[in-house]
Parts: sequence; C-alpha cells; structure tokens
Amino acid sequence: MLYFLRKQKYLIDYTLSSLLRRKAKSLGLLAVYSMIVFMLASVTLFSHALRNEAGLMLQASPEIILQRMEAGRHAMIPTDYLQRIGQLRGVKQKEGRLWGYYYDPAVKANYTIMTGGQSETPLTSIIIGTGIARARGLDVGDYLTLRSQNGEAFSFQISALLDDKSELVSADLLLMSPKAFRRVFNIPEGLYTDLVLSVRNPREVITVAEKLTQLLPDTRPILRDEVLRTYDSVFSWRQGILFVLLTGSILAFVIFAWDKASGLSAEERREIGILKAVGWETADVMRMKFWEGMIISLTAFLIGYLAAYAHVFFASASLFEPVLKGWAVLYPQFRLTPFVDGLQLATLFFFSVLPYIVATIIPIWRTSIADPDAVMR
Amino acid sequence: MMLLNPAIMALVMVSAVVCLMMLLASGFAVRVLLRWDINSGSERQLRLERRTYLISTLLIWAFSFQLMSLMLFIYNAESMSGQFVGAMCATGVLNVNAWGWPTLFLKMGVFFSGTVWIALNYLDNQGYDYPLIRYKYLLLLAVLPLAVTEFILQLLYFTNMDPDVITSCCGTLFSSQSEGVAAEISGLPPSSMSLGFAFTGVMVISSGVWVALRGRNGWLFALLSGIAFIVALMSIVSFISLYIYEHPHHHCPFCILKSGHDYVGYILYVPLFIATALALSVGAVSPWRGISSLTPTIESIVPRLSWIAVLFFALFYLVATWSVWTSHLTMMEVWW
Repeated sequence: MLYFLRKQKYLIDYTLSSLLRRKAKSLGLLAVYSMIVFMLASVTLFSHALRNEAGLMLQASPEIILQRMEAGRHAMIPTDYLQRIGQLRGVKQKEGRLWGYYYDPAVKANYTIMTGGQSETPLTSIIIGTGIARARGLDVGDYLTLRSQNGEAFSFQISALLDDKSELVSADLLLMSPKAFRRVFNIPEGLYTDLVLSVRNPREVITVAEKLTQLLPDTRPILRDEVLRTYDSVFSWRQGILFVLLTGSILAFVIFAWDKASGLSAEERREIGILKAVGWETADVMRMKFWEGMIISLTAFLIGYLAAYAHVFFASASLFEPVLKGWAVLYPQFRLTPFVDGLQLATLFFFSVLPYIVATIIPIWRTSIADPDAVMR
Repeated sequence: MMLLNPAIMALVMVSAVVCLMMLLASGFAVRVLLRWDINSGSERQLRLERRTYLISTLLIWAFSFQLMSLMLFIYNAESMSGQFVGAMCATGVLNVNAWGWPTLFLKMGVFFSGTVWIALNYLDNQGYDYPLIRYKYLLLLAVLPLAVTEFILQLLYFTNMDPDVITSCCGTLFSSQSEGVAAEISGLPPSSMSLGFAFTGVMVISSGVWVALRGRNGWLFALLSGIAFIVALMSIVSFISLYIYEHPHHHCPFCILKSGHDYVGYILYVPLFIATALALSVGAVSPWRGISSLTPTIESIVPRLSWIAVLFFALFYLVATWSVWTSHLTMMEVWW
C-alpha cells in the first residue's frame, strides 16, 4: 500500500513539473476548462438558490388559497362564503384577503397593494417596499399620492419601509389599511379578493380542497404544494434549457481537449520516448497522463466553481439574471442565500469533467503506446 | 419535458457514454476471443496486446462512471420528490412508473459486475502471459446487455414521467397491508428477519475471516456475501429502519439518507456496498490460484481484500446493531 502511494506521489510530482515546463499550453487549457465549469456552475448555483428562495418564501404562505371564478376569470369573493364554508375539519384558520395591483404612470410600473392583515395600519399611512422607495425617491415621513378608481386623489404618509431582507418578494409591495384599500379601489364592504385557509396536517390538504370545490362550485382552490411543485419544475426546466444551449460550448470544449491531447509537440513526443527508453512501461505513461488530467480537471473545477460562486452570490449573477428570473421595472435587488448540495456538484461534474476524461482517453493511449525508437529517431 | 432537468440529462448522458465505451470494448472483446494467441509474434497479436491497455482504461472509467451515476440516480430521485403529487422521498419518485425500480436494481447489478471485472482485470495484468484474458472479456460480453438494458430502462423511466400521476409515498408502498414486492418485504416477520440478519452476519464475517486466514475457498465468501447483502437490504426495510425512525410503521429505505436521521443511511449503505463488492471480487480472484503466473499475486491479494471486506461488513453490522440498540423504539412485547 505504502509502495503504491509513494509511486503515485512520484508520478504526480513528475506530472506537475512537466505541466509547468509547458506553461502556455497548460494555462490555455486550464482557462478554457475553467470557463466551461464557470458557466455551468453559475447557471446551477443561481437556479438552485432561486428555487430554494421560492421554497422558503412560500413556507409561510397559507396552504390553500380560494378564488371565485366568473366566466373563467378571477372575481371578487363575497364575505358570506366564509360562513358557507363553515366548520371544515382540519382547517385551522380562514380569512379573507384584499389585494390588487396599482399602475403608477409616474414610474410606469405596477405596485402590488395588500392590506396589512392583523396589525392594523392607520387609515392615512402606508408601508412601502424598498423597490418603490427607490423608484420614487421616497423615505419614511414622505407622502405618496394614489388616484382612486373614481378619480379622487388620496395622499398617504409613509410610516415605514419594508425590511430589505425580504426584497425578493416585497420590492413592489405597498401595505395599507383595509378601509383605505376599499376607498381607493372602490370595493364595497362584503367582498374580498380571495380567501385563505390554513390546514394543519399536510395530508389533509387535498381532502379539504375537494370538499371546498363541492361546497362552493364556483371557486377554485390553489394549493401551496402545487405552487411549489410548479416553481420546482419551472426552475429546473429553465436551467435545463440553458444547459442545452451550453451543450454547444461543451462539445467545442471536447474537441479542443481531444485536439490538445492528441496533437503532441515534437518535444513531448521525445519526452515520452525518453521515459520509455529509461524503463517506463506503457501503463506508467498512462498513469502519468491520468494524473495530468486529474490535476487539470480538479484545478479547473475548483477555479470555475469558486468564480461562479462569487459571480452568483456576490455579483448577483449579472450574466444570466434576465433569463433565469425574469425582469420588471421595479426589480428587486437582492443577494441570494448560498446553497450548495451534492446533486448539484455531481451534475456539474458529469457535464464538465466527464466529457474531458472521455475525450482524452484515446489520445492518451495513442501517445503511450509509441515505440521509443520510432519517436526519438 | 422532464428530460430538460439537468440531473436527468446528466444521467442519460452518462449511461449513453458508458454504453458506448462498453460497445467499443465488446467489439475488441470479440476479436480477442477469436484471435488471441499469446505465443504468436504476428503484427495482429501485437496490435491486440497494445489495445488491451486502451480497453482496460476505458472500462475502468466506464465502471467508475456507473458507480457515480448510481449515486446521482438516488440523489436525483430524492430531489425530484417535490415535483410529484404524493411523493415525499425517493420511493415515490421511483414509483412514478414501472421502470424506476428495475433501473435502480440494474444500476446496482452493473456496479457489482464492474467491480468484479476490475478485480479480474487487475489480476490478469499481474500475470506476464495474460492468462485470464478470455474469461474477462467473456464476462464483459455478459455485462454488456445489462448496461444496455439499464440505459433503455432509464430512458423509458425518465421519458414516461408524468407529473400529474399521483404516486404513492414510502408510507403506503412499504406497508404490510398493500400488495407487491415492497410490501412483502416490509411485511416479513421482524422477529425471524432479525434472526436471519444476525445469522447471515455471523456467517459472512466468519467465512471472510476463514478465507483471509487460509487464503482459499473465496467462492464461499462471495456466495455468502451475496446472500448477506440481500438479507441486509431486506432487513433494513423490514426492521432496521423502524428503529432508526423510531416509528413502528415507517419502512422506507431512502429516508434514512436524510439529515433528520443523522445521515445514518450512508454509514449503512456505503460499507455494505464496498464490503459486498470486495467479497465478490475475492470470489472471482481466488479460483485461479492454480495458474502459476498468478499464484504469488493471488496469495498476497486474497487475504488483503478479504480483511478489508470483513472490516466493512463488521462496520455495517455494528452500525446497524448500534442504531437498533440506541433507538427509543421498543418492540419487545409486539414481536416476541
């Protein structure tokens, strides 16, 4: 065992010095290789982090959202639906929600307006997300005027800004009191936008949803799990599309690696000839070449992965942002929570290191079987 | 649409590459079986001898990729559980259609045949006259259909994934009330199962020690390790997992890989797989003692491999016993 390890150590030692002797060639290969890993890793890290973020966000949302449909479109839901639902077994809490969108021509963007829920906001004050604050140049204490449905203007004082930790969701959010909401949007008492129900046991959610559709045939329940599932597939699908697009560059890289490994210079040919003449066997030369591939692969993987990590989590993935997360005027500025897992690493490995290894096996063998006398002549 | 998931693309790609490498090697294998003549000095024989280096490198890589793809396959099933109604862990995802479980078993089969092939190949390379070359390429030709079937089944599995199908989670699949192989296994009486588990454990370890000391009868160790492997997997489903989850009806073999159970699954499965692979290799290596060019190698590696295998088996049985011992679940009155 010790003999084996020592042998590998000498081989690695030799490989390193031989790689350093051919600096330009090795560095060129390393740069291209790292670039490939960098691109793939950026896509993976970014979409995984987004997926994770979406999951965390939805964790706090209610299990079931109930919307009333009118001619296939979402309509306001009357308050007495809450009574009609009555006591459903397993439902912990149910309440009506008021929310909507407000188009602000000044910044050409939509705000999401919600009512403050339990903590009652005073009638004339609002809380806004940092995205709106940035777009309008507002701060705590300033006034924001909204035009209501029938043309009246309402001024609200900004009492607070929403925490920028939640900016991914709250950038365009505006919170006001239910009363003010009804005044601005001209919604009579007795109507809600939708209802939310929380269910304690996750296994009962589907049963509760079934009962709801029987009880209130003009409504549709939206389950949190469904939303999560959709996010999950959409993000991995987008990631997959980017991977398919990157296949071209992976193939180019494979050809490049093949070419590098087979197009040996006269110098290298001589080197292998001399090694064989001093007693190296074919298997030794192949082992040496194996270590060469490993050293380059691992270095490139490390460099590319670390660069991608910095790109995604410190520079907000500026290169791929629009494709993976969509875009909007009031776009949130946020920093993603780093999220790394084994599946991700393994997938990346299969997309970068495996093609390299496969591409170099045959060229390596070809150089290793060369006869010393034929090469040195 | 499922095919656009990156991990699935990687899995399909790996299987395709492995198949391609093995096809290439099999073409060579046929030529070796027909034309190999170590005593000839002809050009053709020389070419064949040179090509063996390429083919063994190709195959060593192919089998290593296969091992990684086995792990990726399980990881991926685990991570996709969020995308199917009713799936809560890998079990549900494997159960989405009929191809999931067969793919997993075939991947395991290819992995074990791969390790045996690598052991034979190593041994063969130690003899100056390549005494085993025909056998090892015959073995390769036998493994090839497994790998190709695995590729096809995996492709069928991934292309037929329908996110709208309600699959069953581990709770319903592994319950003694339902039907099917999984339910049969979890319905096995835990009292006799645990006796069988202990019995095969003692048998396999003592046969391993015997082979390690005496250096012969490797086939016995290999045979017992195969039996012990199957009994161990069945025991994990039948009673070990219950103790890990501390829940009298939760039989899932995958949830023990999760963080909630201290990743104890890895400390169970990794030693079990390594030990079984090594023991099978011992079985494949030891019958060739009679060939004079191999005798010294076999005499040195059979005990060494056996000791390592025994060590890993012991680790597996210790961890399994320990997780039953320290569990808060008591089934004393129920099962006995």
